[in-house]
Amino acid sequence: MYRRLFYLMLALTGITYAIQACNNSSTSQVAEEEIPDIVSYNFDVRPILSDKCFICHGPDANKREAGLRLDIADEAYKALKEKPSAHALVPFKPQESEVFLRISSQDSAFLMPPQSSNLKLTSHEISIIEKWIKQGAKYERHWAFTPPEKPTIPKVKNKEWVKNEIDYFILQKLERKGLKPNLEADKERLLKRVSLDLTGLPPSLEIMDKFMADKSSNAYEKMVNSLMQSPAYGEKMALHWLDVARYADSHGYQDDNYRSQWPWRDWVIHAFNKNMPYDQFITWQLAGDLMPNATKEQILATGFNRNHKITEEGGVIDEEYRVEYVTDRTNTFGKAMLAATLECAHCHDHKYDPFSQKEYYQVYAFFNNVKEVGLEATVGGPETFAKKPLMEISNEDVKKILAFVNKQDTGRLIVSVMGDRDTLQKTHILNRGVYDAHGEEVQAGTPRALLSFSDKYPKNRLGLSKWLFDKKNPLTSRVFVNRMWQEFFGRGIVKTSGDFGMQGELPSHPELLDWLAVDFMDHGWNVKRLVKQIVLSSTYRQSAEISSKKLRTDPENILLARAPRYRIPAELVRDIVLASSGLLVKKIGGPSVKPYQPAGLWESATSGRGLLANYRQDHGESLYRRGMYTFIKRTVPPPTMGIFDASNRDQCEVKRLKTNTPLQALVMLNDPTILEASRVLAAKLLQENSQAEAKIKKAFRLITCRNPNEKEMNLLTSYYTDQLTVFKQKSTADKVLTVGEYPIPAKINKTALAAMMGVITTIYNLEETITKT
Amino acid sequence: MEKDFLEHGLNYNRRRFLSRLSLGLGSVALGSLLIPDLFTGGMDDASLPPGIPDFAPKAKRVIYLFQNGAPSQLESFDYKPKLREMMGQELPPSIRAGQRLTGMTANQASFPLVGSYYDFKQYGDSRAWISDLFPYTAKVVDDICIIRSMHTEAINHDPALTFFQTGAQQGNRPSMGAWLSYGLGSENKNLPAFTVLLSRGKGNGQGVYSKLWTNGFLDSTHQGVQFSSGEDPVLYLKDPEGLSRFERRKMLDNLAALNDLSYKEFGDPEINAKVQQYEMAYRMQTAVPEITDLSSEPDDIIKLYGSDCLVPGTFAANCLLARKLSENGVRFVQLYHQGWDQHGNLPQEMAGQAKDVDQASAALITDLKQRGLLDETLVIWGGEFGRTNYSQGKLVRDNYGRDHHPRCFSIWMAGGGIKPGMVYGESDEFGYNVIKDPVHVHDFQATVLHQLGLNHEKLTFKHLGRRYRLTDVSGKVVKDILT
Repeated sequence: MYRRLFYLMLALTGITYAIQACNNSSTSQVAEEEIPDIVSYNFDVRPILSDKCFICHGPDANKREAGLRLDIADEAYKALKEKPSAHALVPFKPQESEVFLRISSQDSAFLMPPQSSNLKLTSHEISIIEKWIKQGAKYERHWAFTPPEKPTIPKVKNKEWVKNEIDYFILQKLERKGLKPNLEADKERLLKRVSLDLTGLPPSLEIMDKFMADKSSNAYEKMVNSLMQSPAYGEKMALHWLDVARYADSHGYQDDNYRSQWPWRDWVIHAFNKNMPYDQFITWQLAGDLMPNATKEQILATGFNRNHKITEEGGVIDEEYRVEYVTDRTNTFGKAMLAATLECAHCHDHKYDPFSQKEYYQVYAFFNNVKEVGLEATVGGPETFAKKPLMEISNEDVKKILAFVNKQDTGRLIVSVMGDRDTLQKTHILNRGVYDAHGEEVQAGTPRALLSFSDKYPKNRLGLSKWLFDKKNPLTSRVFVNRMWQEFFGRGIVKTSGDFGMQGELPSHPELLDWLAVDFMDHGWNVKRLVKQIVLSSTYRQSAEISSKKLRTDPENILLARAPRYRIPAELVRDIVLASSGLLVKKIGGPSVKPYQPAGLWESATSGRGLLANYRQDHGESLYRRGMYTFIKRTVPPPTMGIFDASNRDQCEVKRLKTNTPLQALVMLNDPTILEASRVLAAKLLQENSQAEAKIKKAFRLITCRNPNEKEMNLLTSYYTDQLTVFKQKSTADKVLTVGEYPIPAKINKTALAAMMGVITTIYNLEETITKT
Repeated sequence: MEKDFLEHGLNYNRRRFLSRLSLGLGSVALGSLLIPDLFTGGMDDASLPPGIPDFAPKAKRVIYLFQNGAPSQLESFDYKPKLREMMGQELPPSIRAGQRLTGMTANQASFPLVGSYYDFKQYGDSRAWISDLFPYTAKVVDDICIIRSMHTEAINHDPALTFFQTGAQQGNRPSMGAWLSYGLGSENKNLPAFTVLLSRGKGNGQGVYSKLWTNGFLDSTHQGVQFSSGEDPVLYLKDPEGLSRFERRKMLDNLAALNDLSYKEFGDPEINAKVQQYEMAYRMQTAVPEITDLSSEPDDIIKLYGSDCLVPGTFAANCLLARKLSENGVRFVQLYHQGWDQHGNLPQEMAGQAKDVDQASAALITDLKQRGLLDETLVIWGGEFGRTNYSQGKLVRDNYGRDHHPRCFSIWMAGGGIKPGMVYGESDEFGYNVIKDPVHVHDFQATVLHQLGLNHEKLTFKHLGRRYRLTDVSGKVVKDILT
């Protein structure tokens, strides 16, 4: 016992030292050890000022102390209001610059930031600012607010490794750091990775066999093409967009009754499969209803801006909620399209970024003209499943223009969409963001710091889309390519994919980001092309092995000297289980479904009103649809999804957390979905004419997408043998098999079935199974 | 002795180590967070939630008995004889002072004042007035502090509940329990730091929402975990029928061996972290049912909480369960009892609701006290806002309703360094406006954090460019009610 503890302690200590060592070299820590030869305002100084100083000396006029702002050069160079003999910044002269004197002071009454702020500068940060002043205290525009320009492709030594432009940018940094990229991943693992990334599904045995047998030099590219042709591609791409668009199947708020917004989701899948260019994809969603001779499809796309929560609580103050909806749209626009935290200017001028409160309400004005009310109706029948303005999808539509809508019955189908009033509703600044505290009246417009709103554009949502896709808009393209990068590498080039502002993180590869952004615009906002560029790169194809050197030098894998390795999203956990067991029903779209869920969850949390007071589980096919079709009731989202970090769709989300908790282990061990899939796959394999070993091997391949090695086979087969004995002795097989509604074949050896089911559940529970490797 | 010490220390560090690992960012978090835990000293200010603990905490744990739907203060803790005298007369405009009303009564032609159908009496050394609906609470009046001057900003359930729990009316911010889990961690390696228990009365109900116990932008290890005293106390906790613990253990050992092969190939520390999460899940499978099993409680305890406490899912059962969870180190136990939204039929419905909760709420105080735990456990009882002093709908002596009233309402707190036997704050004689010692929701939240040793201005989390805190941008600790 003592000895074991001792070793554990030793191991911990070892790990700790290793960590301490690597601590020094992650990029964010690089600064800790060395001060750059030339201090950059954007990359070195502004992060410090923004985080520690701008809160009182930044853009927010109401909170500004001593009349001093440090975010604008001219203001910072000026004589101080309270002490005209002194200047906050005197270029080249730290000792004459009040900023330096105050941050380095030993006198706590004189020291900045003041103690009361709970903020503190480190000695390293002070040195950076000192050196910056010495070098002239030069300001630069924030990188993300300057339009991207296509940088030249960097030079690299190891040209052999490079497959496309992406690789030059990645390799250049690796070579500078003395790191070598990993070798290409083995074919099996690469196939699983790319298949999950492009379709959200594991490859079938046929695809695996075909790919393994294809020895041609472009075998991988052919595979990529075929995966991108699969309808599952649209589903996988839509998944992220549903988070961004806060899509759900209920209205949210108090009673949280049903809404029939799913045809909009069908459209998103359709749009990705058709490879609709990004500018069109967004323009339709923002302003499809305002386009000349708008088609029904274009109007359906605008459902995007009606996915927000809508109250049905009796007695609410109408205007308060109407304002809430407009606010949600405005904030979503900022976060989803611009990665700008516009919402921070909802109550006051932005404290860090150059967005005034007035500008917030100018953007708000674009979304403030919808023919809607705060409370249309309290919980009711089918007429409440969409809120005005709404569109009706007829059976005729589904036969013709809206063929992609998976309408399954002849009932009335309505969807909430956008539609403006005939006359312009006035927009006022709302003081402190309070719905009835009207301030100055404002006209529709956009933040000047990004790009002013051209007179050529109509002052409506259509004009706003034109502004968004103006090639001089510094954010639109960068933000989208960054999020695509995030979807494939688990982390954006800008890690804070929802905040490109001053408080956001700096890009790890700024030139690559700009190159991709410009290239994306230059090629007609072609999404499939961008995706293909990413997955064809050598960077993407690397193996995910983590050598101890790489773990030490780059623990966060910012430099990408290896492929990232991380747990797949909640919906895909379900998809892998259903697909590998053969249970998956590959229907595209349609209304959401209600699979197995622990009893009482909806019932214990409901007000008792509405269709969704009780959970009425589906049966048959609906039990086996992809995770993205699982019904989302906002106030009680599907539990397994939440446990695996899915969005609760309360508001726009551009990035999910990736946690690892014991509750996830419990789901994998005991969720009937997984147990049933294990049973069904076991039954299928037992009915095949093969040896137990072959069955186990096949199950392993179906689930992990690779052949097991000898050790793995030994462990699993001896477990199987052991379980056979256990179930023979204990006769508990029947009990174990009673899970799920899928029938058990009549003539089957139940002892063997239970034993094989146990083996398969074990394989489902492997860390590798639900990890992109 | 030495062994105990070693095991304790090791477990502690191991737990912290593993929980850090579970942040999912693997080594990212390790570098900055783990080291200070293993070797005290040399903490980096920037990487830890600052202000931990800034001062000696009075309370270690919280049990929050949330009365969902907003119980009327006028039939519980805020005695207003004037309303009975003026029964049926119009609410003076000078008192309402243009305060907004909900859409349910805004168009009402008149606002007839209505006094409590139930009588009030004074109790204990504090001589606090309590209505006849709460006889058991009356008996523990010298252990609790009644605040009659609460006020909030929201006037509808969803935003008001969200405001109480997360400090903001809208948005997906972390709940109070999540903040405490983040700031203080768990005291028990087998149980989550933040647990949630739901029950429902017969009164007019309003839903609860899982966003009320959300981790928001914090790591999902801080999310409230719903517990119940039923069959499966935590979702997916129960192994399938026919699978013994011994077989489960065997399976996990196999699994660990297989995962270890994968670790040898990839060297990814996340693989080991995963194995450890399975181990914790396994331990929870034993620990949780032990705690949620109320059947072995002695008779005097059953008697104290009332026989309802043996019926799974009742408020009484949840109170008893809350005590057990809290006793076992769960940092924040959040109860919700639904059914307090008496827009009509108030006298009858409220009697039922009070009967559901009165005995068990008082029992919880008594029980904690007799175990010597009340000093370190903060107990809170209250709803999301109050109710109007005028009747919603038709007024009859024994049948009336009350609409939502955010301007003034009552809650009580006990233990955890709160002054016992105190009545704090005062409303006007109409029970409409606070006239002395107002306590805003953010003040209340600041006070709760303060009792746990956390400075509400320092317990922050940077998310999308801004440092967020439970109390948003305001809040003062209510020093007057602290021991």
